Amino acid sequence: MACYRLVPEWNTEITTVQKVENMARSNGEADSAVAEICARHAAEEGPVLPILHDVQAHFGYVPDAAIGEIAQALNLSRAEVYGVVTFYHDFHREPPRSHSLKVCRAEACQAVGGRDVWAAARTAADSGDADIDLEAVYCLGNCACAPSVQLDGRTIGRMNVERVSALFAAGGRAGAPS
Amino acid sequence: MTYYISCDSAAVSIGANETADALARHTGADAVVRTGSRGFYWLEPLIEIEHDGARIGFGPVEAAEVPDLLAAVESGDFESHPRYVGDIDTLLRDQGQCRLTFARCGVIAPTDWEAYVAHGGSAGLRSALENSGQAIVDAVKESGLRGRGGAGFPTGIKWQTVHDQPATPKYIVCNADEGDSGTFADRMIMEGDPFTLLEGMAIAGVAVGAEHGYIYLRSEYPDAERALERAIEVAREQGMLGADVLGSGKAFDIEVRVGAGAYICGEETSLLESLEGKRGLVRFKPPLPAIQGFMGRPTVINNVISLSTVPAIMAQGAASYHDFGINKSRGTLTIQLCGNVARPGLYEMPFGVTLDHLINDIGGGSVSGRPVRTAQIGGPLGAYVPASHFDTPLGYEELAEKNAMIGHGGVVVFDDTVDMAQQARFAMEFCDIESCGKCTPCRVGSVRAQEVIDRIIEARDTDADITLLRELCDTMINGSLCAHGGMAPYPVLSALNHFPQDFGVAEPAETA
Repeated sequence: MACYRLVPEWNTEITTVQKVENMARSNGEADSAVAEICARHAAEEGPVLPILHDVQAHFGYVPDAAIGEIAQALNLSRAEVYGVVTFYHDFHREPPRSHSLKVCRAEACQAVGGRDVWAAARTAADSGDADIDLEAVYCLGNCACAPSVQLDGRTIGRMNVERVSALFAAGGRAGAPS
Repeated sequence: MTYYISCDSAAVSIGANETADALARHTGADAVVRTGSRGFYWLEPLIEIEHDGARIGFGPVEAAEVPDLLAAVESGDFESHPRYVGDIDTLLRDQGQCRLTFARCGVIAPTDWEAYVAHGGSAGLRSALENSGQAIVDAVKESGLRGRGGAGFPTGIKWQTVHDQPATPKYIVCNADEGDSGTFADRMIMEGDPFTLLEGMAIAGVAVGAEHGYIYLRSEYPDAERALERAIEVAREQGMLGADVLGSGKAFDIEVRVGAGAYICGEETSLLESLEGKRGLVRFKPPLPAIQGFMGRPTVINNVISLSTVPAIMAQGAASYHDFGINKSRGTLTIQLCGNVARPGLYEMPFGVTLDHLINDIGGGSVSGRPVRTAQIGGPLGAYVPASHFDTPLGYEELAEKNAMIGHGGVVVFDDTVDMAQQARFAMEFCDIESCGKCTPCRVGSVRAQEVIDRIIEARDTDADITLLRELCDTMINGSLCAHGGMAPYPVLSALNHFPQDFGVAEPAETA
C-alpha cells in the first residue's frame, strides 16, 4: 500500500547478525523499560498510542518483544497491539538510521516544484550511502513556505532540488535555512 | 524598544530563528519577543516594532540584514528602509481581513497569560460561566458557526445533542489532525495563540457538562505540541483549567494526545478509534459521536478553528459574529492561500470573497508569473476549480453549486504548467495510501482508478477508460463509508470535466 515508504526496503540490507544482536539487546532491555512505560500510562483512557510513542522514543523503534509485553500489560491480544503498530505510518519495527528526512509529496508542495524535490530525494537516497531514512509525507502544514521537508523533526521550507541533494551529500548534518 | 518576531514553525522553516538570534545579539535578548505568526508568509521573517501606538512591520528580514535595519530604526528614519511594510493593522484592513479567531495570533507571545488577558483572552469563558449550558448552546447556534473542519455542520446543533444526553461522563475532543494539504490554520493558532483553543474547549465543556477534553494532535506538528503542553500548564496555574474553572466550581481539564501519521484519523470516528488506542478504522454512523463517541460516551468533536472561534462569539455576542458573511455561511473563514501564489498566507475574512479577488488581487497572482490555471479548494479531497469559475464567492453552498467544497479553507493555486491528469492520478494514489481499508470502494476503488488513469495517460482506449473511470467514481462517491473514499473522486472528476484536453479528450466532456 505505502509504496513510497522506503524504510522497509532499505532495512533488508541489515545483516542477520545485526538483527540478532538488536533483538538480544532489545529483549534484555525491554523487560524493564516497556513495563515501566506501560505502568506510567496505566491510568489513562486508551493508552496504546502514548505507550507506543514512548517505546519508540526509547528504542528508536517498536521491538517485536515490546508488542507482547504491551499486550500483556493492557490485557489485549498480541494481534490487537500488532494491528495498531502496523496501521500507523509513524511506528517502525526496525532500528532507524541516524537521520530521518520526511519529504512532502502533497498538492501545495507540488504546485511549486515538490514533485522534483521528491524525485531528487529518491534519486539521492537510492544512489548514495547517506545514513538517512527517507519517507514521503502528505503535508507538514508548511504549505505557505513550500516545498517542505522535515529533517530530524525540524521543518525546512522553500526546498529545491539542489538543497535536498545537498542534504544527502552532507549525510543529513546540514540543512540550515539559506 | 521591543522587537517582535514570530516563533511559528513555518517562519522558523525559512530563517526566523536566525534573524531572531541576530536581533538578540544586537539588542539583548530582553528586547526580543517571540510571537505567533501574522500569517504574512511572504514577509517572513517579519520584524515588528511599536511606534506611535501602532505595530510597524519590516520583512522579509534575513539575519545579515538585521544591523542595517536596527540602524534605520534607531535613527527614526525607517519609512524609507527597503524592508518597510508599514502599519500591520492597516495592511490587514486593506486586505479586507477581519481577525476574530486570529485576533491575538502574531500579536502576543503565545503562552504569556497576562498578555492574553490584556488582549481580551478569557472574556468569552467568563461570559459563558455566567450563563446556563443551554444559553451557551443557544448563543453558538445563533452565531451561525459551522464546523470549520470541512463538513460545515452547525456547531451549536452538535453541542445541543451532547447537552441533551443523560449519559456521563461526556467528553470534548478537539480534532487537531489537520492533514489536508494546503491547510495550516490549526497549526498557526495552536502555535501562536494556544490559550484560545483551550478556552474554546472549556466553554464547550461548561455548555454540555463535560469535564474532560482531549486534543488529538497530528505528529507532524511537534512545535504545536510543545506550545499546547506549555499553555495547558500555564492555564492550570491560572485557574482556567482544573477542578475550579475561573472560580466557578466547575471542573474541566485537557490532555494532548499525539497521532501517529494517519491522514484518515482526521475523520471523526476514525479519530475516536485512534484515541481509544485502536487502529484508525472508520466507524459506521449511526450512532453519532454526539451520542456514543469516545469510550461510547456523548462526545463533542470539533475542529481546532471551530473551538477557537467560540471565545470570540461568547465575548462579543452571537449577533456580532452572525453579522459577517453571506447567506448560510456566517462569520469569518480562515482562508489558507498557498501553492503557486505570490503572497501565500493566512487570510481571515468574512465569507463571500471571490476566488478572483483572493488569488489575483490579494494574493498577487502566481509566484511563477505564469497564468493561473486552477485552484484546488478544501484539501486533497476537494475539487479543482478552473480560473473561469473564479467569480464564485467563498461560501459553503456557493461552492457546492459548482461541485466544489470549502473544506478547511485551503486554497492551493496552480499555474498553467500543471498536468491535470497527473493531479487526478495523485488524488487516487493518496486515497489508496491513506485509506483505512474498511470499505471496498475506497480500498480497492482507489487502486483500480490509478490503473485506469494510467491507461488514459497512455491513450490506448481513452473513451472506454473515461467511461469506466466515471462509473468507478460514481461507485466510490455513493458506496464509500466515509468522506475519504466518498470525496476522493471530486478532484478527479473536476479535472476531467474542466480540463478534458489533459486526458487526451478533445471535446469538452459533460459538465457534471
